[in-house]
Amino acid sequence: MSVEFTIEDLKRILREGAGADEAVDLDGDIAGSDFEELGYESLALLETGSRIEREYGISLDEDALADARTPGALVDLVNSHLAARAV
Amino acid sequence: MSVVVTGLGVAAPTGLGVDAYWANTLAGAGALDRISRFDPSGYPARLAGEIRDFVAEDHLPGRLLPQTDRMTRLALVAADWAFADARLVPSALADYDIGVITASHSGGFEFGQNELRALWSKGGQYVSAYQSFAWFYAVNSGQISIRNGLRGPSSVVVSDQAGGLDAVAQARRQIRNGTSVVLAGAVDASICPWGWVAQLTSGRLSEHDDPRRAYLPFDDDAAGHVPGEGGALLVLEDREHATARGAHVYGEVAGHASTMDPAPGRDRAPTLQKAIHRALADAGAVAEEIGVVFADAAAVPELDRAEAEAITKVFGPRGVPVTAPKTGTGRLYSGAAPLDLAAALLSLRDGVIPPTVNTRPSERYELDLVTGAPRRADLRAALVIARGHGGFNSAVVVRAPEPT
Repeated sequence: MSVEFTIEDLKRILREGAGADEAVDLDGDIAGSDFEELGYESLALLETGSRIEREYGISLDEDALADARTPGALVDLVNSHLAARAV
Repeated sequence: MSVVVTGLGVAAPTGLGVDAYWANTLAGAGALDRISRFDPSGYPARLAGEIRDFVAEDHLPGRLLPQTDRMTRLALVAADWAFADARLVPSALADYDIGVITASHSGGFEFGQNELRALWSKGGQYVSAYQSFAWFYAVNSGQISIRNGLRGPSSVVVSDQAGGLDAVAQARRQIRNGTSVVLAGAVDASICPWGWVAQLTSGRLSEHDDPRRAYLPFDDDAAGHVPGEGGALLVLEDREHATARGAHVYGEVAGHASTMDPAPGRDRAPTLQKAIHRALADAGAVAEEIGVVFADAAAVPELDRAEAEAITKVFGPRGVPVTAPKTGTGRLYSGAAPLDLAAALLSLRDGVIPPTVNTRPSERYELDLVTGAPRRADLRAALVIARGHGGFNSAVVVRAPEPT
């Protein structure tokens, strides 16, 4: 069984855990945007990481999480953990 | 250097915004009712003054909602209203020239309760990262500071109900130290099961079920108070700064003093009277100048007696009109005294004293309590009294603006 984490999953979790900035269109193409430009500071990402961990049953490395500066990078990071678990 | 009030932001059970609150207060409206936020039937006290018409989503951005307790949401909106009322855009001021000093009674209890429930029932992974600050006493100062870019002297004061006045006094100190503007006051809200149980431990909550007979300060039937939620934030400003920008001035924060009562069992006298005397002295005011006293109004017989005696000794028997509009809102903990300050300033503006509701004044106290209807009066100055659980006493004198 392989589970894939998509950018749509991330948007949902961002909205649930940290809310959304009215000035930002989360539904647009945000994969390459910096989280700070999207209105999410480090604590919002900590909350987001925690929600991903408990929903997908994985444990994200803190340094790797901090290095994921864009939604695209975070999606890749989560998927690499999911793939490692599937092996 | 004199410190003046140029803006008011009010969030009260009897009205959101200064105008709604003041109209309802003069009309003697009461907002005490059976708790609707949770089922209170299992608790000895079941009434509260809830704010029922506040929809946070209508006022605040989506990014703030997951990280804020109810009291912080109310405080952020009250801060916005206070700045709007003062016609002051904080970002237009120089960096570090404007700060925020709030008081807090218990912090964000409802947020904390939800996170503790998650911790207890599901595990630590389910606790919000925002719990790190959302419950904290200083969170209202912090969130107001971030939202408005207030980088001047900022802090929180924790001395229960007296804290609402102590925060204003601390703001006055910081303005005298050279800060142009400080937003000061308090908004408290902890009507949730955890907050309720904490408040019950005081042994001072009214256990009546009739909202008109539950909170009766200075009445022979006084048997504790009804808690409420909300408060007020005031824009405090150096008078010269206010004059230079042509601001409307509600009045001057002319004097303040705070004292601590002796520990229980000591034979020294309580110190509320001393706080009143010192606040008058700090204001350079004589008792005759005070046109109205906004009482702490604990509605616990021994506390009512102590307050009535302190007022009578300073002003003489029935020597000054006394009122407690908090009978309509419930006691708002740290938020109560700033709301009384707002009411006092509006009294000075309009020449009218709002009534104490429901209370039938006891003959035991020699107080001229304003009840039933608002009373017209030519007012130059007002005294606001607040006492905190644990022996805190605080008093503030506000003066009407000088005629221009």
